[in-house]
Amino acid sequence: MAGTTLIPSGDFKTSYGADTTVFPTATSRNAAILGVAVLLAAPLVFDNYWLNLLIQIGYLGIAALGLNILVGFTGQISIGHAAFFGFGAFASAWLSNSFAIPVALAIPLAGVMTTAVGLIFGIPAARLKGLYLAIATLAAQYILQDFFARAGWFTGGVAGTIAEPFSLFGYDFDTDASYFYVVLAYVVVMFLLATNLMRTRDGRALVAVRDHYLSAEIMGINLTKYRTMSFGISAFYAGIGGALYAHYLQFVSVEGFTILFSIQFLGMIIIGGLGSIMGSLMGTAFMVLLPETMQALTDSLSGTVIDRALNLKDSVAFLREMAIGVVIILFLVFEPDGLAHRWKQIKAYWKLYPFSH
Amino acid sequence: MSGAPVATPPDRAGEAAGNPIFEARNVSLRFGGVRALTEVSFHINKGELFSIIGPNGAGKTSMVNCISGRYRPTEGRVFFKGKDITDMTPNHRASLGIGRTFQNLALFGHMTVLDNIMVGRHHLLKNNFLTGALYWFTGARQEELAHRREVEEIIDFLEIQHVRKATAGTLSYGLRKRVELARAVALKPDLILLDEPMAGMNLEEKEDMARYIVDLNEEWGMTVVMIEHDMGVVMDISHRVMVLDFGRKIAEGSPEEVLADPRVRTAYLGEEDETDDVQQEVA
Ligand SMILES: Nc1ncnc2c1ncn2[C@@H]1O[C@H](COP(=O)(O)OP(=O)(O)OP(=O)(O)O)[C@@H](O)[C@H]1O
Ligand SMILES: [Mg+2]
Repeated sequence: MAGTTLIPSGDFKTSYGADTTVFPTATSRNAAILGVAVLLAAPLVFDNYWLNLLIQIGYLGIAALGLNILVGFTGQISIGHAAFFGFGAFASAWLSNSFAIPVALAIPLAGVMTTAVGLIFGIPAARLKGLYLAIATLAAQYILQDFFARAGWFTGGVAGTIAEPFSLFGYDFDTDASYFYVVLAYVVVMFLLATNLMRTRDGRALVAVRDHYLSAEIMGINLTKYRTMSFGISAFYAGIGGALYAHYLQFVSVEGFTILFSIQFLGMIIIGGLGSIMGSLMGTAFMVLLPETMQALTDSLSGTVIDRALNLKDSVAFLREMAIGVVIILFLVFEPDGLAHRWKQIKAYWKLYPFSH
Repeated sequence: MSGAPVATPPDRAGEAAGNPIFEARNVSLRFGGVRALTEVSFHINKGELFSIIGPNGAGKTSMVNCISGRYRPTEGRVFFKGKDITDMTPNHRASLGIGRTFQNLALFGHMTVLDNIMVGRHHLLKNNFLTGALYWFTGARQEELAHRREVEEIIDFLEIQHVRKATAGTLSYGLRKRVELARAVALKPDLILLDEPMAGMNLEEKEDMARYIVDLNEEWGMTVVMIEHDMGVVMDISHRVMVLDFGRKIAEGSPEEVLADPRVRTAYLGEEDETDDVQQEVA
C-alpha cells in the first residue's frame, strides 16, 4: 500500500509547515496546478464524446475515493457502494423536485442524507469483521435496491425520476462543456478535503485502525467510532458522486445501482491503489476508458478477417466484461499496489535517469 | 539533551512512598482453565521506575494488559490516580494518561514513523474529520504543526531523526522498538508501560534503551513500569521490583531485597550459580 516515496535529496524543508504541504515537492504542486489548468481548457479542445468520459471519471472518481477511504484507508470492506451512489442520485433529484431546493444546494444536502443512511448501516457493520462485514454491506446493497423499487415517492418507482439541471445565478449548466466545470470543481474540492483529512488526526486514526487495531485502541482510538465514521464519510462521497451523476443525466432510473456496479467500484480502487487518494482517480479513469478502448479496438477490426472469424460484433459486450475481470485479476497478481504505486516508480525512474540502474 | 517538559519533579522511590499512581487489588485473570494471574495486589508509586520480572509465562504481560485495558481482570479491581478503571476501555485509559509498548512489535506498518508517533497525540489533538478536512480554515493546520514540533522533540530525544519519513514496517527491529517507545511517549502518559523494551537487542542498543528509560523517568517525569528479562538492567535502574511466578506475586521490594529473597532464588533464578552471577553483575 503506502510505499516509500522518493524525494530528491537536497530538497530540505526549513519549517514543519513546508513539510506538511499537500504536494511533496514544488514540481509536483506545479504539475497538479498545470493539470487543473489544462483541464479548464478541456471543453475548448475536446468534443462531447471525450467530455462525457471525463465527466464520468469525475463523478465516479469522487465515489471511488469514498470507497477507498473505507476499504483502502480504514481496512473495512463494502460491496454495497453503488447503492449509496444511487441513494445520493435520488436524494438530490428528490430534494430539488419536491422542495424546489436549488440543485447547487441539493447536491451537498444529498451527500448529508446519504451519510445518514451510511451511518444507519455502518453502526451495526462497524462491529463486524471480514466475511460478516461483507455480508452486512451486501444486505445494504439489496435493502437499498429494494427501497428504490418500492419508494415511488422518492425515486419515481419503475418510471424513474427526472433531475433538474445544475444552475447557478440563472445560468443552466446543461451541456457537457458547462457541466464539466461543475464536476471539475467538485473533484478538486473533494480530493483536497480527503487529502487534508488523511494528514490530520482523524485520518491518521482511520489508517491506524487498519494497520493494527489493537495498538490503535491502546493509543486512545475508539475503534467503533472510527469504523462507523469511515462508513459515514464513504457514504458522503458516494452521495455527492451520485448527485452529480443525477444532474448530469437529468434522469435517474431504479435499475442502475446493482451489485455489479458496486463491484466495479471495488475494481476501480484495487486497480488505482488501495489507500491512495490519487489512485482512486486513476483507477476510475482506467475502468471508464477500458471499455471504450475495447470498443474502439473491435470497431477498428470490424469487417476484417479476425472480426468474421471471432464474431466480435455480437460478443463485444461480453468481451468487455471479460476484459475488466481479467484486468482486475492481473492487477491483483502483478500490481497489488495499483496504478498510483506504478506511477510513483515511473516518476522515481525518470528522476534518476540515466542512472536508474 | 532533551528539551522535555518536566511534568513533575523526579521522585525517588523512597520519597514517593504512600503516593500510589496505580494500584491493583486482588487481581485474578483466567483464560478457561489457565490461571494467568492469581490474586495479585501491588501498587506503583508516582515517579517510580517499577519492574515486573518472572520466568516465561509467569503472567507479566497479562498484568500489564490489565493495567492498559487490553484484558479485564476476572476478579479484583485496578485503580489509576485513585479512580477505579477496571471497567474502562483501553482508549479511555489512554486519554487518562496510560501509555504502553508491546512485547511483540505493534507499529502501524504502512504509516511513516512520523505518522506513527503523531497517532500518539490522538487524545491531545482537538481537530476532527470536519475541521481536519477544512485544514486551512479551522486552525487544524496550526494545531497539527504545534504538535509536530513537540513530536520532533521526542524524535530528537530517541535519536530517530534519520528515519522519520520511512515506512515503519521497513525498519530494523531495534529501530522499530524505539519508534514504538516514541509513539507511547507522544501520548504524554503519566504512567508508561514497557513490555520487554530491550528484548532481542545487542549490548549497545540495550545501553541506549536503558538511558532513554531512565531519562523518561527522571527528566520527563513519567512513572515507568518495565518488564525485562535482563537482570543486570533491572537491578541497575529499577527503584522497586515485583516478582511473579505462575501468576502469583512471590516478592516485591528494592532490587537488593528481591535478589536476596530465597523464594526468588529458587523460583525465578533457578540454579544457584546464576544468582551469584547476577549479584556480581549488580555489585
Ligand atoms: N489471550 C490468552 N489466551 C489464553 N492464554 C493466555 C492468553 N494470554 C496469556 N495467556 C496465558 O497466561 C499465562 C501468562 O502469560 P503472559 O503472556 O502474561 O506471560 P509473561 O510473563 O508475559 O511471559 P513471557 O516472559 O514469555 O512474555 C501463560 O500461561 C499464557 O499462555
Ligand atoms: Mg510477556
